[in-house]
Amino acid sequence: MYTSLSSRRLFIKQMAKAAAITAAAGMFPGIIFAGEQERAAAAQGDLEWKKGPCRFCGVGCGILVGIKDGKAVAVKGDPRSKVNKGLLCVKGYHQTMCIQSKDRLTHALVKKNGTYVKTPLDEALDLVASKMKETIEKHGKDSVAMYTSGQSTIPEGYVASKLMKGAIGTNNLDCNARLCMASAVAGFLTTFGADEPMGCYEDIEHADYFITWGNNMAEMHPVLFSRMLEQKQRRGAKIVDFATRTTRSSTASDRSILFEPQTDLAVANAICYEIIENGWMNKSFVEKHCNFTKGLTNIGYGLEDKFAFKDKATPIDFEAYREFLQDYTPEKVAKYSKVSVQDIKYLAAIYGDPNKKVVSYWCMGMNQHTRGTWMNNLVYNIHLLTGKISQPGNGPFSLTGQPSACGTAREVGTFTHKLPKGVVTNEKHRRLAAKIWKVPYERIPAKPTYHTTEMFRAVDRGDIKFIWTQVTNPLVSLPKTSRYRPALEKESCFVVVSDVFPTPTSDVADVILPASWHIEKSGIYGNSERRTQHWDQMIEGPGETTPDAWMTIEVAKRMGFGDLFPYSRENHVEEIYEEYIQFHEGKKHGMAPLKALKRKSGVIWPYVEGKSTLWRFNAEYDPACDNGKAFHFYGKPDGKAVIWQRPFEPAPEKPDAEYPFWLNTGRVVEHWHTGSMTRRIPVLHQAMPNAYIELHPDDAMDYGISNGDMVKVISKRGACTMPASINERGLPTKGQVFAPFFDEELMINDVTLDAFCPISKEPDFKKCAVKIEKV
Amino acid sequence: MPIKSYLAHPCEGKKDALIASLSSIAQCELLPAENEDVVIVITDTSTEEEDQQLKSRLDNLEALKLLVLVSGFDTPKNP
Ligand code: SF4
Repeated sequence: MYTSLSSRRLFIKQMAKAAAITAAAGMFPGIIFAGEQERAAAAQGDLEWKKGPCRFCGVGCGILVGIKDGKAVAVKGDPRSKVNKGLLCVKGYHQTMCIQSKDRLTHALVKKNGTYVKTPLDEALDLVASKMKETIEKHGKDSVAMYTSGQSTIPEGYVASKLMKGAIGTNNLDCNARLCMASAVAGFLTTFGADEPMGCYEDIEHADYFITWGNNMAEMHPVLFSRMLEQKQRRGAKIVDFATRTTRSSTASDRSILFEPQTDLAVANAICYEIIENGWMNKSFVEKHCNFTKGLTNIGYGLEDKFAFKDKATPIDFEAYREFLQDYTPEKVAKYSKVSVQDIKYLAAIYGDPNKKVVSYWCMGMNQHTRGTWMNNLVYNIHLLTGKISQPGNGPFSLTGQPSACGTAREVGTFTHKLPKGVVTNEKHRRLAAKIWKVPYERIPAKPTYHTTEMFRAVDRGDIKFIWTQVTNPLVSLPKTSRYRPALEKESCFVVVSDVFPTPTSDVADVILPASWHIEKSGIYGNSERRTQHWDQMIEGPGETTPDAWMTIEVAKRMGFGDLFPYSRENHVEEIYEEYIQFHEGKKHGMAPLKALKRKSGVIWPYVEGKSTLWRFNAEYDPACDNGKAFHFYGKPDGKAVIWQRPFEPAPEKPDAEYPFWLNTGRVVEHWHTGSMTRRIPVLHQAMPNAYIELHPDDAMDYGISNGDMVKVISKRGACTMPASINERGLPTKGQVFAPFFDEELMINDVTLDAFCPISKEPDFKKCAVKIEKV
Repeated sequence: MPIKSYLAHPCEGKKDALIASLSSIAQCELLPAENEDVVIVITDTSTEEEDQQLKSRLDNLEALKLLVLVSGFDTPKNP
């Protein structure tokens, strides 16, 4: 099972080279090394290079794909892309190598008497439509559901929303971005009343300090991290890694500060305490632009089915907030966070120094958290108290994991509570959607239904009787798959899975639909910095592979909604986008016209009078600011952002005598999420062929475990046996173990807990209690 | 078993000389930029000690102005 050392060395050399190319490009914009690649490509004859965004992460690097004889034969970074300036990471360079995989899904498969039978796509779509219709007739609209993705394109997300909410009239649509970005969305909405970061990647060139909160950017956002490293080398910018585990990001940073899981809430409050008590608060900014508010406490963890929670905001004054912070002195917090008083003061002093520009970056560590919304609020508090926000080099910046978590999940709104503009609970927003969709306003229900975890619980209970998943693999990525795998296997639910490759999710499907891969269709993605990126179809897909958007449209037509989906197969991407951007007209969220997207390697919204808005809410850069002040948080009716009083509350499950370890889960640079694509790319698979469990060397010694020994990781929910990794890729703190989730053969999510943030409904994959046994 | 990558900045007008001297070192693989004065150097050594010796050798190259470490990997024995 393990890779030979020589091929691994070769791969590592390639990574080292890629890192150096990335660093060099940050230092010398326009530097050319691509000669190396082009020389290799030239040997294969003339290539036609076509532009698009990378298929994988939320950084959204621009790629150029070399096409020869209708095949994708090379990938290089797009030097015109402002995101990556010609560079890519290892996943980026090798992305198209999965397309030709031998087990590619090329035709529809329908399960008949327990066996998958190759079926013409038209016939399979007939079956999907008739099953969906029949289920609605028998059990009502809310018995059918769609579960899509932050990897769906904007048009794919849009037609899924229109079918479910506008045509059928159910809010049973959610997406896997619930597992990664929902806390960021809830954080933005509660603090600013408007989603998505105010800054952009150009902040990297201006910041003096980068504070990363529970975020291993060296592996998860490698091209951005290289840009930061370049600033470190060139200008002496500093990187401070604040995390629960030592990673590649920690070792490349100027300082690594480790904290006890869940206590980031307390440390963030302690930083605010220090800022106020040391007189570092930017009083005039806070007076002009902020309100103080408190929410409910002891808000639960969503562990029981049909859990419901609604927060209640109560205005407070500054003195009450200051009083609240007395519980968070560095001395008090140091006792349980395991962060020294000195380190808390060090962090606070960075934020508090008026002459230093600071960007905070975070991703899954803060979002996959039972108090994820609170954590987002707390980091905004720090930036609001110091006025370090919405300016070049100063700002909080929530990074996305998926390539279109922003563009599709958040902007189009493929969550149960969302509409392409606004939320289902708002009558004005429902009326706008009804008008653009040309459906009766009453058809769009005003109440959200199932968020992801609750959606799969409803499948388990038998409440959902039909589910269609697109571009996602929930039976590897959900928490507590030990419950949801048997749930999807039940006869009570008809399961349709649309995908490019077979996965554990397609293994339980009644119908498998063969989806086009990224460059086999045209599409539009939106990356972490609000950049919308379009690409044209580059190659033909094999067999009957078809874009997901078109399969949704075909099903809609078969269900009798043809008049709502009047798009043509050839131009549906463009036609859908033109319809979609009507939702966002205006200076606050205007999307770029298609012709601008086609011309450029991505454009940032709000796109106003031919220009991207790089820093929102700052009158100097954002034409939507109209309150006559320097800053205007126009997402809120009074134009002010909210400083939230949010306490520390413990995790729902903590290590104890029986289960003495924290389990943390995450990703590795070689693999994209559940590995369904990257494990089919030989160079990436060979470099990281299987998952593993990282242990602290002292814990390993206590249990007599050596590198490579098989270790059983057990929680109250399930178990997973995997090889031990000690002092290799990452180093957990004592009393903590870490496992990546990319490996469908070693399912760590059988072990995780499906607790979630009661506000955002995002599950916490980073904390539960386990025991270990040497096997 | 360290593998490292560096950006090697040559002294003014000495890029070719730097490339020539780096090329003669067995543990180094080079990737010179085509339009800037910088050379990527990937080093591959068997032990920490050999790595240290190589680093001192590189630091002493006459045509080298600055050597900046970008990444360092120690190849693990298993994943
Ligand atoms: S950093 Fe992300 S977007 Fe860029 S090449 Fe790598 S995977 Fe693709």
